Order: sequence, then structure tokens, then C-alpha cells
Amino acid sequence: MGFLASIGRAVLHLLATTGSVSLFAAQALALSTRPPWHWRLIGRQMIDIGYYSLPVVGMTALFTGMVLALQSYTGFSRFAADSAIPTVVVISITRELGPVIAGLMVAGRIGASMAAEIGTMRVTEQIDALTTLSTNPMKYLVAPRLLAGMTMLPLLVLVADAIGVFGGYVVSVHKLGFNPTSYLKRTFDYLQVMDVVSGLVKASVFGFLIALMGCYHGYRSRGGAQGVGAATTQAVVTASILILLSNYLVTELFFSRR
Amino acid sequence: MSTTPKIQVRGLSKRFGPKVVLDGIDLDIAQGESLVVIGGSGSGKSVMIKCILGLIRPDAGSVRIDGEDVTKLDRRGRERVMAKFGMLFQGGALFDSLPVWENVAFGLIQGQGMARAEARAIALRKLQAVGLGAPVAELHPSELSGGMQKRVSLARAIAREPEIILFDEPTTGLDPIMADVINDLIIACVQELGATTITITHDMHSARKIASRVAMIYHGKIIWNGPAADIDRSGNPYVDQFVNGHAEGPIQMEVRPL
Ligand SMILES: Nc1ncnc2c1ncn2[C@@H]1O[C@H](COP(=O)(O)OP(=O)(O)O)[C@@H](O)[C@H]1O
Ligand SMILES: [Mg+2]
Repeated sequence: MGFLASIGRAVLHLLATTGSVSLFAAQALALSTRPPWHWRLIGRQMIDIGYYSLPVVGMTALFTGMVLALQSYTGFSRFAADSAIPTVVVISITRELGPVIAGLMVAGRIGASMAAEIGTMRVTEQIDALTTLSTNPMKYLVAPRLLAGMTMLPLLVLVADAIGVFGGYVVSVHKLGFNPTSYLKRTFDYLQVMDVVSGLVKASVFGFLIALMGCYHGYRSRGGAQGVGAATTQAVVTASILILLSNYLVTELFFSRR
Repeated sequence: MSTTPKIQVRGLSKRFGPKVVLDGIDLDIAQGESLVVIGGSGSGKSVMIKCILGLIRPDAGSVRIDGEDVTKLDRRGRERVMAKFGMLFQGGALFDSLPVWENVAFGLIQGQGMARAEARAIALRKLQAVGLGAPVAELHPSELSGGMQKRVSLARAIAREPEIILFDEPTTGLDPIMADVINDLIIACVQELGATTITITHDMHSARKIASRVAMIYHGKIIWNGPAADIDRSGNPYVDQFVNGHAEGPIQMEVRPL
């Protein structure tokens, strides 16, 4: 009986959390459509997410593209299917690896810093202070981060796609002896608009989830430095899980009928 | 209706889990009065003040500001009433991402939509009023000493010239001279603005200096409430013990001998 009860409790807890996260998100989004708009804050968050994540995301995309070409080559050359490598690289990167890798890297970088910053503001009563100064903290702190996350991740992923494909190109041409012109031609021959678009939609969903988890866990943190630390961990872990989960769901939405 | 108290608290109760913090607080504060609330650490003074502000939702009871029950207001109504308040938080609660002047101007810029240049000029004047010059205005809160932070918080609390100002332990943790400087600043602010104030403190020197009336909170109730001049002849053994700072008396600390 104890076993069943604990499963029941876990399910109830999951449902309650889902409800309160949804409510949190809905509240922030509803507020973000109403003036006053905090352009300054939205801009700062956009720069933080979009610009300062470039090195990390660029590096991981580069190495991912490189290793993808190398692995495909060792596998495909057994079937004399080397000519498929450019296509495999570009489709894997744009559909899957670009968004997922950028998402996970940004979850670690931005999700954690949002949770830590908002969590510290919570435990040092800065969020209460906002309220006493006639400023809605959901609108001032949460809404700009959600908007910036949703809009900047797709741009970041576009860059990651380009760098990832470039990584595959470099390895293929300089190490595996491909002809540069025909590699590039093959890269774009079989690439469809939908491949890139689905990746960008994923990116937007991931950006929203990362910011939502960072803000939600930060906003609800309790009990000093330890509470903020726990909120930070929670934000990164839940964002990463949600990224992989929603990645599957969006993929199914786009490609399951083909 | 000249007898309507500025703030009227009735039956205010709040518990956290099994712990009863406020157990039916009744309090009337007249327009222009300076009430000092004394009581031991952890007796619920901060919780009471946050219930009055609406930052914590009480379990029972009412808080009337100018006769209007603010515990029943929606978000919009709460924002309107919040504009009447200024609050100095126990820990300062300065926004550490903003320079000092923007902290002070925050309520003017975000809350009232004032132009930044105009708000800055007002902030500089308020900073001068608490003895901080223009160079300090450009620093960030983390670069200031504790006494300076308290003064910035004070400037922020009075920047919008509110009708009601709440001070949560404004002198705690300061040296005696700085504490007295803060006392004088509070008195000056109150006289100039004609504000109604509630000050929480356990600094009796400060209480005697600021208060027109004193209330003592113990075990979640107001156990004594009278003119500041009567504090030494309250006839209440709890008040006597607290005012004179004796370990022996009806208030027992929960400590065991080593
Ligand atoms: N958000 C909260 N959650 C749980 N307990 C709280 C919370 N805020 C205050 N308390 C408890 O309420 C009691 C009174 O706290 P407080 O009002 O801060 O005391 P003080 O009189 O020193 O200001 C303390 O025992 C504290 O632990
Ligand atoms: Mg307190």
C-alpha cells in the first residue's frame, strides 16, 4: 500500500507542478502584451542570450559538425555511400543537433544564471521591493526573459547550423578528400526549407522553456544561499529534460506523416 | 469622518504550517502618527508589516487603509494603494543590478512613468537629504557600506513622498552614531512629508526618539499599546522587561544552560 501511495503522491505532485508552471507562464505572457514595455530589459536579455552565448554554441556546433562527418564517413564508406555524407551532415544539424545542442548549452548558461539572479532577488526581498515600488515583478523580471528566450534561440540556432555544416565541410574536404564544390552542391541539393524551419521552431520552444524554468525556480526559491543553489540546479535539470521531451514532440508534429 | 484611522488592523492572523506567527493583531494608527513596534526577534514584526503592505496574504483579519479594506483588493486596486506606501526593508533590498541613483528613482521611473532625467534630479536631491553626494549616486549598492546602504534604502522609501512609510529595523546593525543619524533622518522625513509611519525596532534609544506611540508584540498579539511618554510606566511586566533589557522576567528565552 505504501508503494501505491507514493506513486500517487508523485503523480499528484507532478500535476500540481505542471499546473503552477502553466499558470506562471500564462500570467507572464498575458502581462507581456500590455504596456508599459520594458524595452531596455528585453534588449539586455536578448544580448545576454543571443550574443554572449555565441562562443559556447559556436564551438559545440563546430565540433559536432566535424565529428558527424567523420563518423558518417567511417560508417558509410563500408557501403561506398560516401556521397551521402553532405546530406547526412546538413539534415542532422538543422533538424536535430543544432537546436538540441544549442538548447542544452543555453540551458546551462542562461537557465542557471536566470534562476540564480531571480532567486537571489527573492531571498534578499528585492522582489518584494519591486512590488512596493508599484512594479509588477512578473512583468518586470519574467516577461522580458521569456520574450528574449523565444526570439533569440532561433537566431542562435541559425548560426549554429551554419557553423555545424562548416565543421562537416572542413573535415570532409581537408581530411577525407572530398571535392569542395561538389560537397557544397550536395549539401544544398537535398536540403528542404522544412528541415531548417522545424529546427527554428524547436529552438523557439527550447528558448521559452529555458527561460521559463530559470524564472519559475528562481521566483519560488526559499531560504537563502542554499535555496538559490537548489533552484539553479532545478532550473538546469528540468529545462534539459523538457528540451529533450519537447524535441520529440515537435519532431513528431513536423515529420511523422512522411 | 475625521476619526477614520489612516491604518486600521483588525484580527490579523497568519500561520506558517503549524507555527502561529500572528494571532489576532488589532492596531489603529492615526494620520500623521509615528508608531514604533517593539518585540523580540522572530516575534512576527516583519510578517505583520508585510501583511499590512499586502506582500503576505493573511489567513484572517482585515487591514484598512483610509477605511478601505486592502486584503480584498484585486491586482489593480493593490497597485493603486501601493503607491501610498514607502518601505525600508530590514535587509535593504536594494537592486544590485542598478546604480544607486536608479534605485532611488525606481518608483518614479517604473511606477509613475517619469522621464529618467527628471527622476534622476529628484533622486539626487533625496540622496543629498540623507547625506550622500553625487559621486555615490553612480556606484552600485555592493560598493557601499552598511550604513550607506541603509541611507540609500531610506532615500528610496521616501522618493515618491508617500503618505505611509514603513521602516523595518532601520538602525539594526549600525554603529550608535550612524544609528542616531538615521533616527534624525527619519524624524526629519516624517516632519517634512507629514507622513504616517510604522517603525519596527528593538533599539530602545531609537524607539524613544522616533515614537509618538509604542506598541509591543508578543506571541502574535499586541500586548501593550500607548503613548511613547508612558513607556516607562506601562504597568506591564513584559514591556518593562523588554524596555530595560533584562534576561529575567516573564519573557523566557528558550535556552538551556551549557
Ligand atoms: N515566508 C515564511 N515562511 C515560513 N516562516 C516564516 C516566513 N516568514 C517568516 N516566518 C517565520 O515567522 C516568524 C516571525 O518572523 P519575522 O516576522 O521575520 O520576525 P521579526 O519579528 O524578527 O521580524 C519567524 O519564526 C519566521 O521563522
Ligand atoms: Mg524582522
